[in-house]
Amino acid sequence: MKSLGNIRRSFAPWTDPDAKPFISFRNVTKKFGDFTAVDDLTLDIYHREFFALLGASGCGKSTLLRMLAGFERPTAGEIILDGQDIAGIPPYKRPVNMMFQSYALFPHMSVESNIGFGLRQDGMPKAEIAARVAQMLKLVKLEQFAKRKPHQLSGGQRQRVALARSLAKRPKVLLLDEPLGALDKKLREETQFELMDLQQELGLTFVVVTHDQEEAMTMADRIAVMSHGKVIQVATPAEIYEAPNSRFVADFIGDVNILDGKVSASGNGRIELATNEGFTVRTAAANAPATGSAAGFAIRPEKLKVTRAAPADASVNAAQGEIWDIGYLGDMTVFHVKLDSGKVVKASMLNAQREVEDPVAYDERVWVSFGETAGVVLKD
Amino acid sequence: MNKLGSAVFSRLVIIIPYAWLLFFFLIPFFIVFRISLSTTAIAQPPYTPVFALSDGLSGLWAKIGQFHFDNFVWLTEDALYFNAYISSVWIAALSTFITLLIGYPIAYGMAQAPRSLRPTLLMLVILPFWTSFLIRVYAWIAILKPEGLLNQFLIGIGVIHDPLIIMNTNWAIYIGIVYSYLPFMVLPLYSALEKMDNTLIEAAQDLGCPQITAFWKVTFPLSIPGIVAGCMLVFIPAVGEFVIPDLLGGSQTLMIGKTLWTEFNANRDWPVSAAVATILLLILVVPIVFFQNAQAKAEEQGR
Repeated sequence: MKSLGNIRRSFAPWTDPDAKPFISFRNVTKKFGDFTAVDDLTLDIYHREFFALLGASGCGKSTLLRMLAGFERPTAGEIILDGQDIAGIPPYKRPVNMMFQSYALFPHMSVESNIGFGLRQDGMPKAEIAARVAQMLKLVKLEQFAKRKPHQLSGGQRQRVALARSLAKRPKVLLLDEPLGALDKKLREETQFELMDLQQELGLTFVVVTHDQEEAMTMADRIAVMSHGKVIQVATPAEIYEAPNSRFVADFIGDVNILDGKVSASGNGRIELATNEGFTVRTAAANAPATGSAAGFAIRPEKLKVTRAAPADASVNAAQGEIWDIGYLGDMTVFHVKLDSGKVVKASMLNAQREVEDPVAYDERVWVSFGETAGVVLKD
Repeated sequence: MNKLGSAVFSRLVIIIPYAWLLFFFLIPFFIVFRISLSTTAIAQPPYTPVFALSDGLSGLWAKIGQFHFDNFVWLTEDALYFNAYISSVWIAALSTFITLLIGYPIAYGMAQAPRSLRPTLLMLVILPFWTSFLIRVYAWIAILKPEGLLNQFLIGIGVIHDPLIIMNTNWAIYIGIVYSYLPFMVLPLYSALEKMDNTLIEAAQDLGCPQITAFWKVTFPLSIPGIVAGCMLVFIPAVGEFVIPDLLGGSQTLMIGKTLWTEFNANRDWPVSAAVATILLLILVVPIVFFQNAQAKAEEQGR
């Protein structure tokens, strides 16, 4: 079986028509004065899913999370959690907990007291609190820091205290607001995988807000790409990357070349697109647009091949141009190729070998080629 | 600047506050203390011994031999002084507590107000300082006296039929102190509450606290340094307050500032008033040390 991005998932309740969503936003709108932060949004999140809300700042992703936590009330629409409309429930009665971007650790309390705060609030017996706190400390590997105050911890340790505190009450859903935003790159990458393992281990539903696409791609089962209060696409990371449903998503996630043109032939799930760059692209298209309509063609840099000779196979799409810029990144090399039409496209090639015989150089004439299934047709 | 130069410079910078303390606190205090060990005299200055350069070293020793602690002993013999100290501390403490009760909601409200409004509110708190303290206390006489504004108003709306006697009682002193020192309470409280991270309250709510519980578990404990600072700023000057009890208080009002004034000006007994001042200072040093400790602790906690 072929799968986008070469990942096959065993966990995919969203493909099962009988699966009941755990969290449902139904036509939710949130306005702050004249500003519409969330605009008539409908979204389902499933039990045990690691779900990411991804978007630029101001796209409404944080507002969505804060509505789930109860800090904001929707202006219209309903939010269903585990079969219950939670719109009117105050934050302190909701079975969800949040890990704040700033961590929001109580500075006057020790690590222990911070983690046990919610449990004391619920009136849990002291012995049980102590046991649960010890368990949480072990989970985040901070046993020896129990008595410290937050200001005596490093950024990474504080992040783990915040995580332990938000997990201590065993919430039905854990909300994470830019959970790794304050960590440096290396620690962030490690922590991403730790969070994934933790979510698997605890079997909880995680909803994470992030503006970092790499973070979302790494951790999430599914990603909702948001813009201006609306969800543009909800899909697995591989689908978002390999089959973006719009110009916005294609452009927002990763690098992309977009070629515009007119459909010159359409049928059998394939189209021919006469591009404005003077060559025709023959490609597979899932929902093929009709002949004569305008369409765009999105192709990722790593799907383009740069060669001196024209491709032998005539069925392969190809265009001529000259090398405009070369960027050597170590693991790969990025070529900016100026097509004869004047458009510059990006192509990246993996440096699988240490030594390359006679590599292409600046100003050389080259062919840029790609196969039938390498790109995606974007209807406008 | 080279390394040595900058070391010398930093020493010099440290010297300034110490020199200030030496010249404007320690030396005056020793002069007062020295007078407290003297004997009253009908002379100019009104106490003996008085040092003179012509005494020589042996003369100096002879004069130092005349110092005695009789004035301090005297303070313990007449209950007036003890009562005045106790009454001053009590009046100052109660006023401080009332000031805190009134000042905390004001500061909290200011800190919660929209950011654009805060400078204006801050200005309003500071505004009374633009009028002389004395004039503001006098104004309270016009408000509190039996035929004053307050009584006229209360009688006018029919709440009372006979004027309340507030003027020249301890009530008038409480009102005067609370009014005069309120800004000193509000400002440190505001600065403590204003820098409070609002997400801490959200975190407390998220973990199961209704808003009021969140206030008592998070906001209040974090504002304690502000509370301590505000209380010290009110309590310390209030203990030695003279103008307010003199203008608003009655003849039976006992406050140490007033007692000191009487000893100094009416009785012209400099040594006893110096002894009163010395003891007052000792009473105040205790809360000041406490205050400094609290501040050092807060500084250690604030990262």
